[in-house]
Amino acid sequence: MKKFKEKLSGRIFLLLALSSISALVLITVFIFVQGLPIIAKVGFFKFISGMEWAPGEGEFGIFPMIAGTVSVTLGAALIGIPVGICCSIFMAELAPEKMRKIFRPAIQLLAGIPSVLYGFCGLIFVVPLIRDYLGGPGMSILAGSIILAIMILPTIISISEVSLIALPRHYKEGALALGMTHWQTILRVQLPAAKSGIVAAVILGIGRAIGETMAVIMVLGNSVAIPESILDSVRTLTTNIGLEMAYASDEHQQALFATGIVLFVIIMILNATAQYITRKKHSKTQNKRKSNETKNQTADR
Amino acid sequence: MKYKICIILLVALICTVLMTSCGEEEGTKIVIAGSTSVQPYAEILSEDYEALASEIKVIINGGGSSAGISAVMKNVADIGMSSRSLNEKESGLWSVEIAKDGLALIIHPDNPVTNLSIEQIRGIYTQEITNWSELGGVNHKIHVISREEGSGTRSAFSDMVMDGARITPKAIVQNSNGAVRQLVSGDKYAIGFISLGLVEHQDGLKPVKGLSINGITPIRENVINGSYNLFRPFLFVSNKEPEGTVKDFIDFILSEHGQQILIDEGLISVSPEKEIG
Repeated sequence: MKKFKEKLSGRIFLLLALSSISALVLITVFIFVQGLPIIAKVGFFKFISGMEWAPGEGEFGIFPMIAGTVSVTLGAALIGIPVGICCSIFMAELAPEKMRKIFRPAIQLLAGIPSVLYGFCGLIFVVPLIRDYLGGPGMSILAGSIILAIMILPTIISISEVSLIALPRHYKEGALALGMTHWQTILRVQLPAAKSGIVAAVILGIGRAIGETMAVIMVLGNSVAIPESILDSVRTLTTNIGLEMAYASDEHQQALFATGIVLFVIIMILNATAQYITRKKHSKTQNKRKSNETKNQTADR
Repeated sequence: MKYKICIILLVALICTVLMTSCGEEEGTKIVIAGSTSVQPYAEILSEDYEALASEIKVIINGGGSSAGISAVMKNVADIGMSSRSLNEKESGLWSVEIAKDGLALIIHPDNPVTNLSIEQIRGIYTQEITNWSELGGVNHKIHVISREEGSGTRSAFSDMVMDGARITPKAIVQNSNGAVRQLVSGDKYAIGFISLGLVEHQDGLKPVKGLSINGITPIRENVINGSYNLFRPFLFVSNKEPEGTVKDFIDFILSEHGQQILIDEGLISVSPEKEIG
């Protein structure tokens, strides 16, 4: 009886674990089954390089949206990455303990704000500011980039901070002992040593920016055109789905799923890259530790 | 022992799930889905109707004209709301016009332009005209605002104004009447199109200006007497001749009382002779 119970509980846990995996499989299969027919019909290359998006008239080209996604993400990265990395250096190295205790939960809170609120604030404050002071309709790449930059900050800050803190103490001690100033130590020793963690943080942040829908749908203006300046309105891959799914049917709906496939593949590539980078670093340090241990052992003998 | 209890609980759970799914009664529920332009009016009508016939529950979902019509085709909804005429594929369905809604071109109140021709509007939306100075306004780029692909308001606008031309991809796209109105009310150089009933000043909302078309001001009276010709039908669609509660609800909407509710909300009645009299 006891043995049976052991077995049973094991099975139940396996079942529950499988359910989460099967959700992933189901979603993936569903997206591809729904989206692939239209890609096959239009032709993959024509689909991603087409300039015209008019599903009502059988035109399915998503290149303007890929351009939109790239430009908004690039903008968000340009604003968000420097701020995020500087903030993580400050928190890991420079901030006094008291300040750190305020900063850390505050940044975690930033990650917890629902994205629709970011969009709403952007619509009410950022868009009119841009419209009044920089011209154009206000709904623009710039507005989207600013909002997204704030949204990716928590991801970048927390992961870079962790990778800075996780560095072995002797890196810093050694650098300081050699006569480097604190600032030199950060810039020349600690940042390069934590490079892979920071790169992973940036990639994950960019992944979040690409996947964000609700906030940008409200501030980007959603035009399906190649932007000419940062004050132009664009549409991203995500907002294309979010904007039109309510009204879509038949081929239009399939085309939105196909947009989803493109998005899915991009995000998968980004996440895999981030994982690869962190794992490589991890195994490297482990190898080092192992070789150090063997060295020590031989030395002891 | 515990294992037995587990099994008993599991069986009980399955039974309750099965029973609740069978427990719903048929016939006292009307499911409506479709155009977000029609939705607010359908909600008001359903409230009045439920007050009269308390045993009936009207459930209203948005989703857009096309989604509403396809929901009716798939038998998911009893009634589909459409803010555009049915196309060839959908012509086999049963439909009734419950009201007419005017479509108005709106601009910021500070914009000096007051009147445009249909050709000029088409020019703006195809980007042949890009500056307000070409239309007698200030020298500034026009910010064109449109609705998303699939929206009933957009397709109604396309049918009535664009004459086969495509709306410029450079146009800003918003996904509701309210969002278009909000954007135009804050942008001096914007132009957009929304339901006529939503143009007039409402409490707490910043005003927008409705443009005259070929000299005809966009007001209900001009739609009723036929001089303002940007209007579209609001349709209720069903996959068969309605009967029972669904028929009763539609009869209520087409009754004098139901039509009066729609008139009070800013729509145009389908029986104009009654309204004038």
